[in-house]
Amino acid sequence: MSKVLVVTSGKGGVGKTTTTAALGAALAQSGDKVVVVDFDVGLRNLDLVMGAERRVVFDLINVVQGVAKLPQALIRDKRLENLWLLPASQTRDKDALTEEGVGKVIDDLRERFDWVICDSPAGIERGASMAMRFADEAVIVTNPEVSSVRDSDRIIGMLDSKTVRAEKGDHVQKHILITRYDATRAARGEMLTIDDILEILATPLLGIIPESQDVLKASNVGTPVTLSNADGAPARAYIDAARRLCGDSVPMQVPAERRRFMDRLLRRRAA
Amino acid sequence: MSMGLLRLLRGKKASAPIARERLQILLAHERGMRGQPDLLGVLREEILAVVSKHVTLDPTKVIVRLERGDEVSTLEVDIEVPNDVERKRVAVA
Repeated sequence: MSKVLVVTSGKGGVGKTTTTAALGAALAQSGDKVVVVDFDVGLRNLDLVMGAERRVVFDLINVVQGVAKLPQALIRDKRLENLWLLPASQTRDKDALTEEGVGKVIDDLRERFDWVICDSPAGIERGASMAMRFADEAVIVTNPEVSSVRDSDRIIGMLDSKTVRAEKGDHVQKHILITRYDATRAARGEMLTIDDILEILATPLLGIIPESQDVLKASNVGTPVTLSNADGAPARAYIDAARRLCGDSVPMQVPAERRRFMDRLLRRRAA
Repeated sequence: MSMGLLRLLRGKKASAPIARERLQILLAHERGMRGQPDLLGVLREEILAVVSKHVTLDPTKVIVRLERGDEVSTLEVDIEVPNDVERKRVAVA
């Protein structure tokens, strides 16, 4: 069975690309054959986060337009032999993403891979709607912040109405992934809680990724966070989320409040 | 729990419950509007079209205010009509 998964959010900067790379690497490490596809035409970044920016020759639009064959455009990861990247075009117009052309590429990818993970651009324009168009499942990346939750709600509405599955009377299976979660601020009542977000969006939770320096460090060196520091809290949270996508039931770890050394010394809560 | 007590002592209010409430109200509204024509938007356009049939409207003199509430919403269209318009009409007639 092959699954098309879209990683989407509406809002920018919430961690879609980080999530695509991390889930892709985690699924590939578990033995599945995975391709991550960048739909952010003109502003590609998945190649950079994956550390493949100097190996891009052809891209998604070249394949859509028939200029290149799919195997020519796919870039194999240097660390995981099961992981591949289909980069976005940096120069062309996003209108080149025709529904028919994208549909053909997705069908072709389905034949070759267990997971086709589509990294959506921010917004609700063509790139975003094409990224979700053929999805079987969706990961909606949400920060515990009002603007992000509102945009997630809008994207959920689109997943329920503008996808091929929705139009056939079927549905796209949706999952919320909460990123940049700061337990200390949540405990202080400064951040929407997990329960608040899930209640408002009425969608099941896939995982909670704690705010961590690991994420920035991983993108600095061009390695998915699940590979760069596999024992770190965000990596473990992503690996658990990937297992849940495969149908395993893994207990949810809510990031605990961390006390810093000085705070512990002074016997106070982390500021 | 202890944080709640601390907050009480400091006299600070948590902002997260306010965020939750604002979101719940906003999203209830936005979900209802999805796929529906924007009634207030249509009203605004048509009212202005009718008025401009009779008066040349100065777009800078038209103020449209919209207030969305839980039970009712109000659309306030404030149009400044120059006095000489009426005099001219009388003269023509």
